[in-house]
Amino acid sequence: MDHISPVLWQFLRKWLEHFSLFPPEASTVAPESDALYFFMVLVSLIGLTLVVLLIVAFSILYSKKRHPKAVQIEGSTLLEATWTIIPLGLFLIMFVWGALLYFRIYTPPANAMNIYVVGKQWMWKAEHPGGQHEINMLHVPVGRPVQITLISQDVFHSFSIPAFRVKREAIPGRYTTVWFQATETGTFHLFCTQYCGTDHSEMIGEVIVMTPDDFRKWLASSTSGNSLAQNGERLFASLSCNACHNARPDARGPSLANVYNSRLALSSGQTVTADDAYIRDAILNPSQHITQGYAPIMPTYQGQISEEGVIALVEYIKNLDSDYRVQQTLNTTDLLPGSEGGKPAAGATAPAPQKEVKP
Amino acid sequence: MSDSTAIANGAAAEAQHEHPPYQRHHFASVEQQADTTNFAMWLFLLTEVMFFGGLFTAYLIMRNWYYPAFVEASHQLNIGWGTANTGVLIISSFTMAMGVWSAEMRRKGLLVLFLSLTFILGLAFLGIKTIEYHEKWEKHHIPGLHYSEQSFLNPASDPEVHKLYPGDQPLAPDMAAKTELYFFLYFAMTGMHALHMIIGITILGYMIYRARAGAYTTGHVTYVENFGLYWHFVDIIWIFLFPLLYLISRH
Amino acid sequence: MSAATIVALPDQSTARIPKMNFLTKENGLLSWLLTGDHKRIATLYLVSITFFFFIGGALAGLIRLELLTPQTTLMAADTYNKVFTMHGVIMVFFFLVPSVPATIGNFLIPMMVGAKDLALPKINLLSWYLYVIAGCMAIYTMAAGGVDTGWTFTTPLSTHYLNTHVISTGLAIFVAGFSSIFTGLNFIVTIHKMRCPGMTWFRLPLFVWSNYAASILMVLGTPVLAITLVLVVLERTMHIGVFDPAFGGDPILFQHLFWFYSHPAVYIMILPGMGVISEVVSTFSRKRVFGYTAVAFSSVAIAVFGFFVWAHHMFIMGISNYAALIFSLLTMLVAVPSAIKIFNWAFTLYKGSITFETPMLYAFGFMGLFTIGGLTGVFLGTTGTDIHLTETYFIVAHFHFVMVGGMLMAFLSGIHFWWPKWTGRMYPEKISQLAAVVTFIGFNFTFFPQFILGMLGMPRRYAAYPPEFQALNVFSTAGATILGIGYLLPIIYLTWSLKYGAIAGDNPWQATGLEWQTQSPPLTENFPETPIMDHEAYDYEWLEKMQEKEVASVG
Repeated sequence: MDHISPVLWQFLRKWLEHFSLFPPEASTVAPESDALYFFMVLVSLIGLTLVVLLIVAFSILYSKKRHPKAVQIEGSTLLEATWTIIPLGLFLIMFVWGALLYFRIYTPPANAMNIYVVGKQWMWKAEHPGGQHEINMLHVPVGRPVQITLISQDVFHSFSIPAFRVKREAIPGRYTTVWFQATETGTFHLFCTQYCGTDHSEMIGEVIVMTPDDFRKWLASSTSGNSLAQNGERLFASLSCNACHNARPDARGPSLANVYNSRLALSSGQTVTADDAYIRDAILNPSQHITQGYAPIMPTYQGQISEEGVIALVEYIKNLDSDYRVQQTLNTTDLLPGSEGGKPAAGATAPAPQKEVKP
Repeated sequence: MSDSTAIANGAAAEAQHEHPPYQRHHFASVEQQADTTNFAMWLFLLTEVMFFGGLFTAYLIMRNWYYPAFVEASHQLNIGWGTANTGVLIISSFTMAMGVWSAEMRRKGLLVLFLSLTFILGLAFLGIKTIEYHEKWEKHHIPGLHYSEQSFLNPASDPEVHKLYPGDQPLAPDMAAKTELYFFLYFAMTGMHALHMIIGITILGYMIYRARAGAYTTGHVTYVENFGLYWHFVDIIWIFLFPLLYLISRH
Repeated sequence: MSAATIVALPDQSTARIPKMNFLTKENGLLSWLLTGDHKRIATLYLVSITFFFFIGGALAGLIRLELLTPQTTLMAADTYNKVFTMHGVIMVFFFLVPSVPATIGNFLIPMMVGAKDLALPKINLLSWYLYVIAGCMAIYTMAAGGVDTGWTFTTPLSTHYLNTHVISTGLAIFVAGFSSIFTGLNFIVTIHKMRCPGMTWFRLPLFVWSNYAASILMVLGTPVLAITLVLVVLERTMHIGVFDPAFGGDPILFQHLFWFYSHPAVYIMILPGMGVISEVVSTFSRKRVFGYTAVAFSSVAIAVFGFFVWAHHMFIMGISNYAALIFSLLTMLVAVPSAIKIFNWAFTLYKGSITFETPMLYAFGFMGLFTIGGLTGVFLGTTGTDIHLTETYFIVAHFHFVMVGGMLMAFLSGIHFWWPKWTGRMYPEKISQLAAVVTFIGFNFTFFPQFILGMLGMPRRYAAYPPEFQALNVFSTAGATILGIGYLLPIIYLTWSLKYGAIAGDNPWQATGLEWQTQSPPLTENFPETPIMDHEAYDYEWLEKMQEKEVASVG
């Protein structure tokens, strides 16, 4: 061994110890993805072997020395049919299997917990509903379905966790979602896989899967005190949303209590489901999302609020389950200095001019 | 196969150099040349359809999403000028077709006349377009160049359009912002069309010069014919652009 | 390799290059720069694309050197981003798209259909000038500091978030696109209208069918890319546009428009190569291609289906699940004709009389490597696995297998096969066989590890990567060195052969095909008199009869 450089030897040893052909299978869907993958590897190996065998065998059997006179053959419809139908059949099997897998990965279960992730040049910001923020890290509990609601602040990014076999584009202007359920604790790579500019290669992080207990502890220790919804509530007040959305009988905007995931009739005649994407769009492009019976007077907040701010508002509205909460927000707001206030609560001073606040 | 055979055969071919001067050497006959170049021009026009297709696709999607903005923005266009331009182009297609007929009839004077009329009508089209573009410049409706949404946030501030369309409501700010998209597409589509007009007019100028020298009245009409195809195509693009851009709310 | 060969060269002591041929017809720079002769234009193209190939190759070398280490050691991340962008732009638009059509296709198609020239020689020359202008613009971009959008120009990154030379690159590709459109247009018109008497569609060589199919794609798809680039350029200049969500636009619209061309583009790149393989496999097995009709129709099928699968580049981008399903299904359908071709070529070997000259070695390389590349495409067309594999090195490996292992090998096969016809001289056989083997080995070492890297999750376009990926990257770079040698050798010996190669004569491969029935290099007008096609394509019996007649008459 002394003629192999020690550096090279170390290198080889480390590589052989860690050698793997595929990443760890750390989620429920990873073995399913790998099963399909290895099926395709098998089919490809067989196909390749078949083609190579044919070429090699024919080259040997019919080389010029052995077979000096070629026999002119037109073709064979039977063979054409065979090698059309068999590959097509195999491809269709892969198509169906893959489609089932695809739907599984992109259809989050109803009981998934939701974490928002905002991609921006060049970092991932994760927002837990409890108000915990992380940059380039994502703490998740093992054994629970986790949905990631993704959006980009600027350009296309792509949120990829190879160990879980999931990946989803983070697109500016709309939410995309992906879900997973981790099956082992540990630390796994998080990559941005859509080229996004200078530090694309630095936009990497870690997904840290913890036992439920550890996760609870982490949640408790990482919160700044306010949950995402509470942050949203503050924003709701400071942006004067409650000037119109105040659940009073003469309110200029519809009440938002329980609006999340409800069916809304719009003034254009359509009926839509008010999901995350709808709520976000209603904040940024209100004139196309006017509820029936209300005037199109909502101003747009495009440019005044970052994606994190929108996420906070969406969380707040998601959790708004009664008019009472709205009233509480109003009351709190009225007591804040510098608030606009509709009908001021008793003892309020004259409202100060409106200030725009970015979170 | 060998050198000598090639030369001998080549010499024989040279001796049979009987074809009209305008037949290119790689064609076997005038008919083949005419047929081939005609086919080529149709194929080229197909590529142009795909080229404009991308713009039309973007337009249709944006119009679907932002219909109110597109309607009100389209009211900023002068239907009078648009109709005039449509008329100009249709007449120019007619004069072009007459030009092709003249070439087939080998009537040089008429050919030059019709080509010149087409040329003038083409220039008239561009002139009207210039007037329209200038209007947009004056009203700050050119995207990216001090674009102003005032006419849409407050239609009353734009009396000449407001008189024509009193029913136009003020747009909400986010919808008003989409009018800039309309004008982006307006300039992209009419600009691309105008570029094709300019190229056509330039070629037409060259053709008038050659027509006067009698190049197209010897029976060799393919050049004029194929150019006619191009000119009709540019006209048809406008026939689509006009209702899509000017007549959105008219139905 | 066995010493058996089909090469039949004339007696070298008395053979001469024919004095009158397309290269000697006229002299002087202007006779080349203002030529209408498709063979001269093909030669001009050959020189130009070789130039760009080596620039693109040098950029590839820089990429592999950087990727030897996990950190950014050789160049800053920004520079690396520019390097891989220019590598992609140059290789795709300035090498692969014009490679076989503009060189070998331009040279051969008129001869293969029995015509004197392409239908529109001036448009052909214009197409070369557009290519050169576009090339100059691309070189300007590189000299002025480069562009770092990736060859895919994803918006809004390319429209609003970069301050590099996006506009000049976009315009360069726009101009190159029109070069491609004019080439395709010329081919379609020529094949339809200029076939010699007796040349029916089903007597055409399969090379013509493949180029015809590719030309349809060029003509219908490239204009969409052109208009998309115009919109990107407008957006950059006006700071407003249809692709930016901040202004109400949609970045996914760009993706749809871009991939609507760029997917057919990959078939534009591969179909002409497949045409070369048909010719080569047939000649070196001495028999007609097995299932001629199937191969011809599968070329057209690839072209047609190729227009309907573009969104398989967008499976993870938030398109609806049902849309993803439809595109995945169509992708499976487009994979089948390629499989049909591979089997037809393999069965052409059956009961043939096979020799292993260089073009055949490259053809074998193509068949194996394209099979791998094509099958891995199915991995990616399957929506479920695409989620894990997309945007990783798996994709990089996939397209390099089909483009480099496939297309580039086919290109080299064609260059070697038609070199004697083009120049009148043979290339040196032994060293060229060596180069083919070296290329094959180097290629596999370079790109096979990248499949594993992709499966492990290494993202593409990364200047720096986690250290556990280093071993495979080192392996890949080592292979790239070997591959580089494999590509340098042909430049050397092909140039050498121009002066010292054996005189080839009309038909050194004893092939069928009209191009082989005339002198090498050909006359400017291709044939001394218009040929009459009175036999089927790949009719070796007809060839035998011809050769017997010749022997009889000369003797």
